[in-house]
Amino acid sequence: MPPDSAVRIGVLFPDILGTYGDNGNAVVLERRLRWRGLATQIERIGVDDPVPAECDVYVIGGGEDQAQVLAADRLRSNPALSRAVDRGAVVLAVCAGLQVLGRWFAGPRGERYEGLGLLDVTTVARRRRIVGDITVLPDPALLPDALTGFENHQGATTLGRDARPLGTVLQGTGNGAGRAVDGAVQRRVLGSYLHGPVLARNPALADLLLEWVTGAPLPALHVPDGRKA
Amino acid sequence: MQIRLSLAVAAGAFAGKLSRLARRGRGVIISGRVTLAIDPDALRKLARNRLVVLVSGTNGKTTTSHLLAAAFATGGRVAANRSGANMPDGLVAALSRDRQAPVAVLEVDEPHLPQVVDAVDPAAVVLLNLSRDQLDRVGEVHRLEARLRRALAGPPTTLVVANADDVLVTSAAWDAPRTLWVGAGAPWDQDGRICPRCAEPVRWYDGSWSCTCGLSRPVAGWALDEDKVLTPDDRRLPLDLALPGRANRANAVMALATACALGVDAEAALAAIGDVAEVNGRYRTVDRRGRAVRLLLAKNPAGFAETLTLLDDLPGPVVVAVNSREADGRDVSWLWDVPFERLRGRHLVACGDRADEVATRLLYAEVDHHTVADPRRALDGLRPGPAVLVANYTAFRDAARALDRAA
Repeated sequence: MPPDSAVRIGVLFPDILGTYGDNGNAVVLERRLRWRGLATQIERIGVDDPVPAECDVYVIGGGEDQAQVLAADRLRSNPALSRAVDRGAVVLAVCAGLQVLGRWFAGPRGERYEGLGLLDVTTVARRRRIVGDITVLPDPALLPDALTGFENHQGATTLGRDARPLGTVLQGTGNGAGRAVDGAVQRRVLGSYLHGPVLARNPALADLLLEWVTGAPLPALHVPDGRKA
Repeated sequence: MQIRLSLAVAAGAFAGKLSRLARRGRGVIISGRVTLAIDPDALRKLARNRLVVLVSGTNGKTTTSHLLAAAFATGGRVAANRSGANMPDGLVAALSRDRQAPVAVLEVDEPHLPQVVDAVDPAAVVLLNLSRDQLDRVGEVHRLEARLRRALAGPPTTLVVANADDVLVTSAAWDAPRTLWVGAGAPWDQDGRICPRCAEPVRWYDGSWSCTCGLSRPVAGWALDEDKVLTPDDRRLPLDLALPGRANRANAVMALATACALGVDAEAALAAIGDVAEVNGRYRTVDRRGRAVRLLLAKNPAGFAETLTLLDDLPGPVVVAVNSREADGRDVSWLWDVPFERLRGRHLVACGDRADEVATRLLYAEVDHHTVADPRRALDGLRPGPAVLVANYTAFRDAARALDRAA
């Protein structure tokens, strides 16, 4: 990223993905940059809009089955996101977003849909839905402290050789297949089942993504009302 | 069979009385539960030979059923679950309490609507709106729509009164044998962007909408136009409500259309609807040691968005109380769908079991605020004058009780 240009945050398909307040994640990234005096802008990319390849960070949220299939369809017909990831762009994908970025995912009746293959994961449907609080101890190479969140999904996601888990599940279910882990990390693409405003609950994760973007440790944050953030 | 029902109702009433004597609440739910335990078919039997109207949807159920009950009361007795207990036990309790009333107006929890429609053979089902709500309890809204669609396609004589401006409501009512479409508006469209029938994006234009699969906004017989109601015979009736806000005008036009379709005189219904000033303690103003506190309920993003527009006309600091107990839904991610940014320039107090999460949301919305867990203590910390309390379900219930006790 050139030092004097604004960080571009692309929100993918907020019109159809974002069931659990996921759009808050872009707000958190934007504010944490701005409070540190860095220029930034949010671009909301609707499902019928062309996807720009030039954003520095992309966030993609969760949604119901139909929305997920439509999102995968739109992203596959356009190489922009894959091109961006190839050049080092950062992606945060939660819930359905994580599944869409995988190699394939199964629909509600078991039919397979092709994903983007940006994460080496595959997802089938579990018999029972997983709903509840989740705590994840992240890979220490990423972050030292536990992440907390809420999960509400029916996916069972298996990691392939190229993807590492985000962390070990201490409470809750996470990926729901094989080892008790959550999420997937590959290059600068980070996926998780901690849905909704995961970055608001876990500011250290927000700052990790922003350090990936800026390529340097971020200065300590002084938030407007003096609260710890 | 009737003996069993009578026994079940008597046992339910007794259980309710015991519960009240033990000060465990109003005893509504326990009385319905006992009745249903003795006679599992009580709902069907108690509804028989009455004109039953069911009111469902994500927001406005309680208010709309109060308005409808007021409209029907112009012609005689009405049984209703006025306290808002809207699952089968609450409905049974309401019907048991008044076995003579020829009309019953019942608000129904939307996941329970299919089962209740099947049991009571309603004259009408009013479907107000559908949007994301308590996702861990209710489930995702497109799945709910599919279930309601199947339930409403069945009963041949039931009139489905449906909000034509709401994509999910329209889809749910589209296959019903008899529909009355009402243009009540739907400012929250975040859940109507993708077609529930064919999964293509819905096209929105000039206040109307359509999809390539053929689902489109139906022509509405009744419609809300600012503070007027357009009737099917092209009259414009003034809507003069004691209740505030656009959402309540939408509730009123849904209630009015339903009452008129079922034979109530329009002028009489309109007057009765206009007089309703308080619904289960909501909208009223209570005194808290020199502070005039307006009490508002908001439980989900669409409801909150409507409530935030009301605040334009209500001065003073705003206390926002959010709990996440069973009845509220455990997940509070929805706070991020509420456009709190609208309140910049105003002082807020974050309260409730989830005060910290409200505060975090307000921090990122850049809204001036402080945190006090207990809403009553939050109010005591404010300067005398007007204030507003916005609370979700259990936070509202508890705060309203506490304020009443103190008064």
